[in-house]
Order: sequence, then C-alpha cells, then structure tokens
Amino acid sequence: MSDAALAWRQLRLERKMFWRNPSAAFFSFALPLLFLFLFGSIASGDTAQLRVIIPGIAGLSIMATTFNALAMNLTFLREQGVLKRMRGTPLPTGSYLAGILGNAATNAAIQLIIVVFASKLVFGLAWPADLLTLVVFGVAGVVCMASLGVAFSHLIPNFDAAPAYTNIVFLPVIFISGVFYDVKHVPVFLHDIANLLPLVHIINGLKAGLVEGGGMSGHWDDLAVIALWATLGIVFAVRGFAWESKRS
Amino acid sequence: MIVDSAAPAILVRDLHKRYGDLEAVRGIDFEVQRGEVFGLLGPNGAGKTTTVEILEGYRERSSGIASVLGMDPGERPRALRERVGIVLQSSGMYRHVTVREAVRHWAGLYPHPRDVEATIADVGLGEKADARARTLSGGQSRRLDLALALIGDPELIFLDEPTTGFDPQARRAAWESIRRLQDLGKTVLLTTHYLDEAQALCDRVAIIKDGRIAVEGPPSELGDAETRYRVAWTDEHGEHRSREERDPTALLHQLTSAALARGAAVRDLSVTRPTLEEVYLELTAQDDAAPVEPTEASR
Repeated sequence: MSDAALAWRQLRLERKMFWRNPSAAFFSFALPLLFLFLFGSIASGDTAQLRVIIPGIAGLSIMATTFNALAMNLTFLREQGVLKRMRGTPLPTGSYLAGILGNAATNAAIQLIIVVFASKLVFGLAWPADLLTLVVFGVAGVVCMASLGVAFSHLIPNFDAAPAYTNIVFLPVIFISGVFYDVKHVPVFLHDIANLLPLVHIINGLKAGLVEGGGMSGHWDDLAVIALWATLGIVFAVRGFAWESKRS
Repeated sequence: MIVDSAAPAILVRDLHKRYGDLEAVRGIDFEVQRGEVFGLLGPNGAGKTTTVEILEGYRERSSGIASVLGMDPGERPRALRERVGIVLQSSGMYRHVTVREAVRHWAGLYPHPRDVEATIADVGLGEKADARARTLSGGQSRRLDLALALIGDPELIFLDEPTTGFDPQARRAAWESIRRLQDLGKTVLLTTHYLDEAQALCDRVAIIKDGRIAVEGPPSELGDAETRYRVAWTDEHGEHRSREERDPTALLHQLTSAALARGAAVRDLSVTRPTLEEVYLELTAQDDAAPVEPTEASR
C-alpha cells in the first residue's frame, strides 16, 4: 500500500477514535462553539463587537483543535506506548504524522465552517468577505498551530501534566491575542508580546477573510510571522520526534 | 536490498550498549537459527530488554554487529519491519478501538497479512472481537498484543515477557499459540521471567547477567556437567540420600543390585535433572559472590 493510502487509513482511524472520546471531543470541539455562542449572544446586535469576536473565535478554534488537541493526544499516546507500538510496524513516520495532522485539520475545518455559517445565519453578519484570504490563513494557521502542538508535546513530561502545560500556553495566548475583544484594548506590553506570537496574526488574517475583505494586501507581514513560527514548529516537531516517553 | 535466506534469523556479535556512564550491554554474542524458539533470561536490569530493543530497531547499539533476517535493525528498513512481529513488554492501545478494528487496521500496514478473523480466533479473542480495548482484562490485552504482532504473518516474532500477568490457564493457552508458531516454521525470540516457561517452550536459552551472556544452551543441558542428574533414594537405615552424577548409570546399578541382593526394594528412588530454575538460581548466586567470567558460553 502506498504511503498516501496508509496516511488515509490512519486518518480514518483517528477520526473514528476522536468521536469515541467524548471529553477530548468536548474540549477541542464543543468549547470553542460554546464560546462562540456565549460571547456572540453577549455582543448580539453590536456589529462592531461581533466583527471582532467572530474572527477571534475562529482563531481560538484553530488553536484548540490543533495545538491543544495534538499536544494532549500525542502525550497520551506516547505515555501509553501506542506510538512505540506503531513504530514497530511498517507504517512510515510520514504517513502516521500526515494521518494525525489530517485529523486535526479536519476538526479545524469543520469549526471554521460552523463559525462561517453561524456568523451569517445566527449573528446576521455577511458571508465571508474574501474566501481566498480566509482559506490561506485557515491553512497557514492549521499548519503553524499543529506543528507547534506536536513540538510542544515533547516538553510535557507526562499525561497528568498535559492539561496544565497546554492551558498555561493556551489561556494567556487567547486572552492577549484579542479573541474576546479588540486587541487595541490590550495594554501595550502585552500587545507587544502577543504580536510576537502567531495567534494574533492568524486572527488578523481570518478577520480580513471573514469580515474586512481587501484581500491579502496588508497581511503579508501577518503571514510572514505565521510562516516563521510554522517553520520553527515543523523543525522541532519532526526532528527527533519522540516515539517513547522518557523513563524517569 | 540483499536478503540472504540462509542467514540465521538473528546474529549478534560483541554487542555493546552504553547509556552515558552505564554500560547496559557489555559484549553479547548469540545466534538464533530459523525456526528456533530462543529464550533470553536474566534478572531485571541485566540487559535483556536493551538487547531485544536493539534487535527490534528501537535502540541504536553503541558497537558490535546485529543482524536480523540478514538486515541491520539499526537502519530500520521497512522490508524488515514487514517481516517481523513485536510484542513489547508493555504497550498501550487506542482506548476506544475495538479488537476487530485494531487487528484490521494493523493488517492494512503489512503487504501480506493473515486473515483478520482467523487471527483473532487464534489468540482466543473471538468472543471479544467487538469489545473496546479499554474494556479488556490484562490477559486479554496481552492476547490483542499477540494478535497485532502476528497479523502481518511475520517470519520472526519478538515476545518480551508475553505471559506476565496471566492466570495459569491463560499461560497454557499462550504457550500453545507459541508452539503453533514454531510448527509453522516461525522464529521466536522470547524474554521471560518464568523459568518454567523457558523450559517448556525454548529450544535454546541464554541467561544474561550484568550485560553479558553467562550461559547458553538447550534448557536441559544447562548447568554444571558433573551435576546433571540428581539421584535420590532412601537407604536401608531409612535415611534420605542424594547424589549428583554426570552419568547415573553406575550408581543406579549399584543401588538396584544391592537392593536385589538384600531382597528389598529401592525406596523413594528418583532421578531428576536440575531444572532451569536451579541452574538459574545457582548461576545468579555465584555471580553475586564472584565476578562473572566473560561469555563462558557453555557447550
């Protein structure tokens, strides 16, 4: 069987496993949607607010479905020895990674589609202003956050620590990156930190695609920052990918 | 890729593995022929699992030669992984996958897999085929491990403590599966803590101690040649006697002719060979007292 076919099989297995694990499905799936409807209803009718919150939630969804989910899931599979077992089979590393990344990307895509439909049908905003920009930043965001999630899983010592490690990154980042309010309201020093991180730039791009329009122009710098983090993520995710947890 | 089918299934020469200052494997040599069941025994931390994991491709050796089915396990060639099945000492499973889904998924990873249902039945999980992995008992999970190791129809199977945690009945069943593998001409490298298991299954065993092979050979021929038979009886004064002999023929003749001359029976006569356990305990006790002679592979 070709490497691509093996990746596809792995993706199908991951999809099946995802839906059978309600708590994981909740955290990376229901939670962003809950935020969307909570914050969406608070800002209901306030178009200016919604135009901030909806791209923000879209960015949060990408991070939750890729960075958080992969960091947690890989830590679990590594600690349980599932990865080690996989490594003893003929499954190529590339096919395995493609399978789990494909799974995360599928979740991110489903979330983005729900956000797009909810923003039009529930919150009364327009359809996406610029579909191409939305797709470009959606894909860039997924690649960046997924690779960072895989890389980050190497820093998590064991599965008990995984939620703490993940949330200590996730929560501050979503608060300073303007998910729930316009990033202009964030104090300057936090704003500067947020600007060094990828999520703000993913949200900027998604905002252009979802509500602002105007194409890619003016967002190349955002894309450059995302690409830089993605490169870093990919290098640390792939180089020395750990199949076993370190024994203490 | 050159695959020499006449090459031994496993060939290890002067294998070393260092972890920083610690030398876990200190020059191991052994060969496993095709179709053989070979056992690696030894106390915890002796270097068994390190050796096996080098052969499985999980660890890189520090020096020496390791050849598995004529290939270098350190390079982890896919052709090798397609022909080898591995039961690790402990390895988890996706919690929510069913037995059948897992075996079917694994079957898809190999070029010429065995039949999924037959493999599930062979390991005795037929009734659990639709059960989720997380609901299996320890013994059942271990049988799933075996099914996943066998589904690719491997020529060589690594079994790292395959029956740990089994009840006696499940162990017997596992032994039967391993014997069936041997009947099919498969090669098996087994590590175990259970000496009766090694005695029951292995054509040859090697006892590893402190990173070296202390003794190697068929289970029945291990141990000191002078004490290979123990003859025990009760003499005419009612005292229990026992003697260890390389060849018990003469002693038995003496005993029986003396008894015949007296017109009495030789009471409580038994002739036993030292069990692997006795050899093992003797060996490890000796080794604690005096430093090991390096690689004195007996006979």
